[in-house]
Amino acid sequence: MSSVLPNGWEMVVGLEIHAQLATHSKIFSSAATAYGAEPNTQACLVDLGFPGVLPVLNRQAVGFAIKFGLAVGASITDRSVFARKNYFYPDLPKGYQISQYELPIVAKGQLVVTFEDGSQKTIGITRAHLEEDAGKSLHEGFKGQSGIDLNRAGTPLLEIVSEPDMRSAAEAVAYLKKVHTLVRYLEICDGNMQEGSFRCDANVSVRKVGQSAFGTRCEIKNVNSFRYVEKAINYEALRQIEVIEGGGTIVQETRLYDAQKDETRSMRSKEDANDYRYFPDPDLLPVAIDPSWIEDVRASLPELPDAKAARFQQEFELSAYDALVLTASRELASFYEQVVDGVGRAGAKLAANWVMGDFLGFLNRDGLELAQAPVNAQALAGLINRIQDQTISGKLAKTVFESMWSTQKSADVIIDEQGLRQVTDSSAIEAAIDAVMTANPKQLADFRSGKDKLFGFFVGQVMKATGGKANPEMLNDLLKQKLSGQ
Amino acid sequence: MSLHTKSIAELSKGLANKEFSSVELTEHVLNRIQTHQPSLNAYVTVTRDRALADAKRADERRAAGESLPLLGVPIAQKDIFCTDGILTTCSSKMLANFVAPYDATVVAKLSAAGTVLTGKTNMDEFAMGSSNETSYYGPVANPWDIARVPGGSSGGSAAAVAARLVPAATATDTGGSIRQPAAFVGVSGIKPTYGRVSRYGMIAFASSLDQAGVLAPSALDCAYLLEAMSGFDPNDSTSVAQPVPNYVESLSQASLKGVRVGILKEFFAEGLDPAIGALVHEAMDVMKAQGATLVDVSCPSLPLSVPTYYVVAPAECSSNLSRFDGVRFGHRCKDPKDLVDLYKRSRAEGFGAEVKRRILTGTYVLSAGYYDAYYLKAQRVRRLIANDFAKAFESVDMLLSPTAPTTAFKIGTKHEDPVTMYLNDIYTIGANLAGLPALSIPCGFANGLPAGVQLIGSHFSESALLSAAHVYQRETNFHLQVPAAFS
Repeated sequence: MSSVLPNGWEMVVGLEIHAQLATHSKIFSSAATAYGAEPNTQACLVDLGFPGVLPVLNRQAVGFAIKFGLAVGASITDRSVFARKNYFYPDLPKGYQISQYELPIVAKGQLVVTFEDGSQKTIGITRAHLEEDAGKSLHEGFKGQSGIDLNRAGTPLLEIVSEPDMRSAAEAVAYLKKVHTLVRYLEICDGNMQEGSFRCDANVSVRKVGQSAFGTRCEIKNVNSFRYVEKAINYEALRQIEVIEGGGTIVQETRLYDAQKDETRSMRSKEDANDYRYFPDPDLLPVAIDPSWIEDVRASLPELPDAKAARFQQEFELSAYDALVLTASRELASFYEQVVDGVGRAGAKLAANWVMGDFLGFLNRDGLELAQAPVNAQALAGLINRIQDQTISGKLAKTVFESMWSTQKSADVIIDEQGLRQVTDSSAIEAAIDAVMTANPKQLADFRSGKDKLFGFFVGQVMKATGGKANPEMLNDLLKQKLSGQ
Repeated sequence: MSLHTKSIAELSKGLANKEFSSVELTEHVLNRIQTHQPSLNAYVTVTRDRALADAKRADERRAAGESLPLLGVPIAQKDIFCTDGILTTCSSKMLANFVAPYDATVVAKLSAAGTVLTGKTNMDEFAMGSSNETSYYGPVANPWDIARVPGGSSGGSAAAVAARLVPAATATDTGGSIRQPAAFVGVSGIKPTYGRVSRYGMIAFASSLDQAGVLAPSALDCAYLLEAMSGFDPNDSTSVAQPVPNYVESLSQASLKGVRVGILKEFFAEGLDPAIGALVHEAMDVMKAQGATLVDVSCPSLPLSVPTYYVVAPAECSSNLSRFDGVRFGHRCKDPKDLVDLYKRSRAEGFGAEVKRRILTGTYVLSAGYYDAYYLKAQRVRRLIANDFAKAFESVDMLLSPTAPTTAFKIGTKHEDPVTMYLNDIYTIGANLAGLPALSIPCGFANGLPAGVQLIGSHFSESALLSAAHVYQRETNFHLQVPAAFS
């Protein structure tokens, strides 16, 4: 990948991704996990850390972690241990977070990331472990006090820690997107970055190209969109280079990204960092995972993005990048496959262009989710079929698609209503050509005397005369014959 | 015989035969509590209205034909168990205003068994102490000599039972907090296997060591309550899914014939009051006469129990007590100027000296750079101690030792010297570190003060321990002695 850094420098990036697991209840209590409830209505005594209460592990959360581990080719630790991470904060009711430290449930996996140019890179996953989320502190609107909402406290998180394998912000984003795709495929996380269901901290350092030792790293906290991750990492790497080139040194610290100002600023240095005093949580037994459970989970895994992309490339003869885009989510891939079902294997490439082009473009433009699209897969296939059978041209199809999007009518209805059926009757096209030639004697003479460029002018005029409905190939052929005087 | 000296079996029978009602019994008990509370300070809260309501309901259930053995029997709960709608203080200023919003599993189970709740008993603050002197509510007096401590941390439960204020009381044992007070006041006390009784709703001191149990005059009395309290609880991941034996019934066939009793060599060494040593040897003779085989046994790692415990327990306590931060419940300092001030002053004001000492020790042993040298090493020694016990149980059925090296000491004499105080638990801590069941029963009087003998069993051998104790108590009457001022 190309670098935004000045010559001679490279950055080293590792990501810690927090994925909220889509379990119904919390990781250690039976309180609900749904987002957006009134403050403190989804926190039971366990979440509130009341005296005497005890955590009980949610089996589904463990199953989800196993799913993820298998999907990244990791080993599942047969005896993983929950540990307490001790620190005081009002939104951490017990004064410690139950997490995993020395023995995480998922160890050593990897993901292959594909870039736009089709190149690929393997990113190592150091570990993934289960932990509980904290509550939220609300600092506005309480007159010198802070509000504490513990609805989120105890929501299960899978923290996915990568190796420092990324060398640019673009690589980091590609990896982040890949993990995002994967957790949604596995249906273990809804991936909603606005609601904080999928968050990421980035560890960034810089070094001279060719240097093997890592530079001192800074951790950028909680950046909540792909775009900001890219901007924050680039900002941070450039900041570090500026410090070093100015004769300074990088201090290991935690920094916060300010999206409004597009800058990172210091939150706390290593010296201020807590000593978390991790130790195994005596309230929870080690998690012993039966091999048969792992095999059951393995058997239940859906077709994963890589496998699906490879199949799309092969079955539908798509480029690696197109296959990647179309498999970015299970819903999109399934949408595409439904379109292909409706247009036949021969139309697969055309279907890919339509899905990735106009369809996703319109979705983006209107800020819609796939499920909300006014044009469904069947309808889109109906349109593509009219292109394939030459009822309309590809160009006119774009107009038809726009009408379909706004009226939710089928392509056939719109074509009929608007009389857009393509003219494939050669005598009608010839008549139009004759009329244009007669009306433009000067251009005709110029063309015939060698001004080849005027061919386009004649195409345009004939198209105009036929209301854009002339079959482009026939028009081309016939026009060539007529213009050359044959 | 007056109502307060009746055993649970006798009370159960009397209630069933309508010799007296639960309301009559409960009123008698409440009156005794009221009379003796000023001298003993055994209760933090007396729940008179609740007790009478419980008793009335029990009488109605009896009248309707129900016949649960504990139906209508008054008990006391150590103030470490959360009781719905009732002050639950852990004898700490930190929780002096804490009304629990739920029942601990132990409380719920004993309520379901039909017991009558008379109140919440005094204890060492957060169960940290061996004399009941660390209580925010003041020390508890030993009924045998009110100038002396009743032991701790379950001092209130022990004193209440010894003075026959209540037929039985719950207690908890993290390093000896049931057994040492039992020995000091001359009653029976059992700490079951770790995981036998749910810890849900029992305010945690050291989670891997804490276990709920019972204090009552006899082993048979203990069996009644233990049976009702035990069992797997889905709310406690460390409780064990093993069926609960019928402890009471098992005692009807109690015998020591052929039982191999190991005499723990390490626990008869230096530091043991010779008068107690002599009483324990007499107890061994009684057991031998009943058919037990006495075998000398050595557990060489056991002398490391105290230092190991005083790393593991404070480490867990330092984390467990972090939730007392003045934010959601419990003591909050006045007018905090910011968050850190709120934390610092609320905790400084809310916790007593011994609790602070242990939080500091625990924080230290878990700190970066010290974790391996202290916490990790202690966990390894803990494993060695457990292995020693396991090896011993290959050749004997149970182990026998004194419960405590001394009899009850005077209030105020050891309070300022924590290390001497900690050594009082030298014989009891091992069972907690290994998660083993253990009990203490009275074995006589040394210089006019009760002494106890301890039996330690392998995991889930409560029936065997209670049976051995029951056989011993059929042959002796130490457990029936009541201090003159309370008879």
